[in-house]
Amino acid sequence: MAIQPMEQFLVHKIVPLPPIPIPGLGMLDLSISNSVLFMLIAVVLISGFFLVAARRDLVPGRMQALAEMMYGMVDTVLTGGIIGDRGRPFLPFIFTLFLLIATLNLIGLAPAGFTVTSQLAITGTLAVMTFATVLVVGFARNGLGFFKLFWPSGMHPAMSAFLLPIELISFLIRPFTLALRLFGNMLGGHVVVYIFASFIIGLGAWGLHGLGLNNFGLLGSGLSFLMVVALTALDFVIAVIQAFVWAALTCVYLNEVVNLDHGH
Amino acid sequence: MDAQAAKYIGAGLAMTGLIGAGAGLGILFGNYLQAAIRNPAAAAGERTYLFLGMALAETMGLFGLVMGLLILFS
Repeated sequence: MAIQPMEQFLVHKIVPLPPIPIPGLGMLDLSISNSVLFMLIAVVLISGFFLVAARRDLVPGRMQALAEMMYGMVDTVLTGGIIGDRGRPFLPFIFTLFLLIATLNLIGLAPAGFTVTSQLAITGTLAVMTFATVLVVGFARNGLGFFKLFWPSGMHPAMSAFLLPIELISFLIRPFTLALRLFGNMLGGHVVVYIFASFIIGLGAWGLHGLGLNNFGLLGSGLSFLMVVALTALDFVIAVIQAFVWAALTCVYLNEVVNLDHGH
Repeated sequence: MDAQAAKYIGAGLAMTGLIGAGAGLGILFGNYLQAAIRNPAAAAGERTYLFLGMALAETMGLFGLVMGLLILFS
């Protein structure tokens, strides 16, 4: 029995569409793949949830209370807590990122689900969007004063030869770390669950093969099953925490450029 | 030793970078719990930074994972 833990991350076309030629860039393939399908499912889920939840009742029902809790969490802990009052305009952006990543992670954990966030192309695109937002906001708010970001306050000018390259690299590496963190967590979580699930079948088949010492394989099979349950529970926690971490790091990066002139 | 075997060994060795991430996460959560037990009132306010620190500590380990994947699939 061949074990192929990476097979679950393959992108395959569900509705093939003819590629569209883009002048100067090559061909653009807009086929509906399983990745696109699950992104559409996530968008429909989020939009449907808020159509039901956002009824603006004076006494909130269950759905509205859940929506208000999530909104309040992002408002008070992330934008309000990290950026401050100036962070209020970024609330929709942060909230959208949080909801999209959390939903994509969670529907990836469903049986026969496809984890969109385990594709480096998707997390890379989201990271570039986040980084571009930080750059645009930084230059729009501060102009060329944006470059004060790389000049730590109170630095002796003689140290600048060492510290400026470090500050610059640690700023430019941010989109890579953002993308790799989400990608690595999702990939690792699913591969580990897959490998322990293959132990259940492999050790179980070995343990049922006649009488002898190999019957202890059944014990290993049962332990692997408990491990799969525990790891799946851990993956649910990680799915939400990684979405929270992405939103929080976006807030930290925005905070540096929004409150550049007065250290918040 | 043929090249494929060396690749597998190298990918395995690249994952030792996760030792550091594991130690870092242990230090992080241990110190957070210690502080939270000493001053429970202040614990909730620092939870955001706990998760931020967790993410940053994990990233260093995930660089090891990326090296492993690069060795295996390139």
